Amino acid sequence: MSNGDRQHGNGRPLVSEATVKTLWRVLVSALALLVAADLFVEHHPSFSIDATFAFGAWMGLAACAGTVAVALGVGALLRRPEDYYDN
Amino acid sequence: MTTSLIIPPGLILILGGLALPLLARLGLRAAALIVLPLLSLWLVWTLPDGAVLSTPYLGQDLIFVRADQLSRVFATVFAIMGFAGGLYALNQKSTLELAAAFVYAGSAISVSLAGDLVTVFIFWEIMAIASTVVIWSGGESSSRSAGMRYAAIHMLGGALFMAGLAGEVAATGSTAFQAMDLSTTPRVLMLAGVLINAAAPPLSAWLADAYPESSWSGMVFLSAFTTKTAVYVLLRGFPGAEILIPIGLFMVFYGIIYAILENDVRRILAYSIVNQVGFMVTAAGIGSEMAINGAAAHAFAHIIYKALLLMAVGSVVLMTGKRKCTELGGLFRSMPLTAVCCIIGALSISAFPFTSGFASKSLISSAAAYSQMEGVWLWLTIASAAVFLPDIKVPWFVFFNRDSGLRPAEPPLNMRLAMVLLAVLCIALGVFPRTLYDMLPYAVDYEPNTVAHVVYQLQLLGFAALVFFAGLTWLQPRDTITLDVDWLWRRPGRTLAAFLDQFSGYTWQWVADRVTAGAERLYRLMLSHHGPEGIFGRAWPTGLMAFWTTVMLGAVVILSYF
Repeated sequence: MSNGDRQHGNGRPLVSEATVKTLWRVLVSALALLVAADLFVEHHPSFSIDATFAFGAWMGLAACAGTVAVALGVGALLRRPEDYYDN
Repeated sequence: MTTSLIIPPGLILILGGLALPLLARLGLRAAALIVLPLLSLWLVWTLPDGAVLSTPYLGQDLIFVRADQLSRVFATVFAIMGFAGGLYALNQKSTLELAAAFVYAGSAISVSLAGDLVTVFIFWEIMAIASTVVIWSGGESSSRSAGMRYAAIHMLGGALFMAGLAGEVAATGSTAFQAMDLSTTPRVLMLAGVLINAAAPPLSAWLADAYPESSWSGMVFLSAFTTKTAVYVLLRGFPGAEILIPIGLFMVFYGIIYAILENDVRRILAYSIVNQVGFMVTAAGIGSEMAINGAAAHAFAHIIYKALLLMAVGSVVLMTGKRKCTELGGLFRSMPLTAVCCIIGALSISAFPFTSGFASKSLISSAAAYSQMEGVWLWLTIASAAVFLPDIKVPWFVFFNRDSGLRPAEPPLNMRLAMVLLAVLCIALGVFPRTLYDMLPYAVDYEPNTVAHVVYQLQLLGFAALVFFAGLTWLQPRDTITLDVDWLWRRPGRTLAAFLDQFSGYTWQWVADRVTAGAERLYRLMLSHHGPEGIFGRAWPTGLMAFWTTVMLGAVVILSYF
């Protein structure tokens, strides 16, 4: 049932560099379209901050960048080898 | 008894679980796993409103079944999970695990239908015992030790709840399970007991410590019941308690940050449970009708998508024996269906438009906005974006990222069916949110799937995805753990326990040595007086006895003259 043999991959990338570049272009284009969509969509803000242009976009970017930074800081302090409690 | 016609829906699963070993011998295990939860679900749906089954006990009424919209939402999703979990776990060899899981599920249903605090406590404790057995059924040495730590924390939670309940009865004479303010110490104690089960700080660590040590099927059950019954008790007992807002927000970010740092796939999902329950706890603290609706809806949606994620990951664990991101990758080639189900679960938990999480989480954020709680709303918005980072981790590092070389087959048919069932539910509840909203305690006048809301959410998650892929270098999992509060009892606590063990050993030895020495001295004293050579042990001549008798009589005669 179990298939633990590493006979196919050993950590190789799944797709070629060219495909990765194409995927990046698709993602960035989609994000640009989503930002542009704010020119045509009427939002119903509850506060002043969410009345700003493309609020979801910049909030998504800032929130995630900030969270990654905090997580890396916490990790620098509290990460230990996985056998920490076994010793 | 109020009536003898009502069959408690939870009792079906509890008794079924207890009888499961016998049913297994009769070849009825699979039938029981499928039929009993469906029967329980049918009983939940046919319950009339109000307290319909109660009995007097020690001057109080134990209300075993009291149904209303709020209790029915939770009882329904618990029964659905009993069914989906039973279907998924048909191949689980350990009947003990499944028996415990059914007792656990039945007790969760019973808590959601309990009409008084004593009945809540009774089934609360049965849940703690049954869930501990589920963890122990993982079978590894780590399962045993993690289960013991889990049991200790939950016994503490139960003790706090019981202390609060006793104080509440002493102060008010009532065991009514209804909205309570936090004006008395007993109620604060009860709240503390409930929050421990909700994995709230400072003891959140029990969840990520214990759940991942269960079996591939055990964690599917564990993810559903304990924290969500706690949410139910918060919604019924402590709605609008403002302290719940910072506690819930802490849980949200704690879960996100620890999941980002984690390598063990099941532990990532465990932290993610805390994160999602944080949204519900925050909503309980907001306390408006919309917030209560949001928390109940999110609990319903969460139980389904989280079980789906754990089923997908459980399938990977079963088929590969591996559970670390650093050991997995590229499995979509040989497990495409499992990958698709995992992606649907991840999209739902991220509140992607037209999934169940979008329909439920939007209610909570909107509740904060409608209550003009700008700070709370802002933190929830930040969290709604940031939560995408750990949520995308599981499908990405397990099924994509790189070719690990593993080519496991898809799991057995019953496991695939269970995953497809829950995946369909995730999509259906998102596309037709009214189905979910109509079950909620209060009327819902809300439409999540508007163009503006969908664009906003896609922006939020799209840019979160940008940060994830742009920051992959920093977000690559490593063979590490992240220290948590459980360090206190796993390191210094353990050292202290070892010291106390040694100290008590030395103390006992000292006391035992002194007692032994004293006993020996006493023995020697007794021996010297009463032994064969002792003064009282020797055989004395009759003449000596006559002499002393004469002396005594003489003394009496002399004394009688005075």
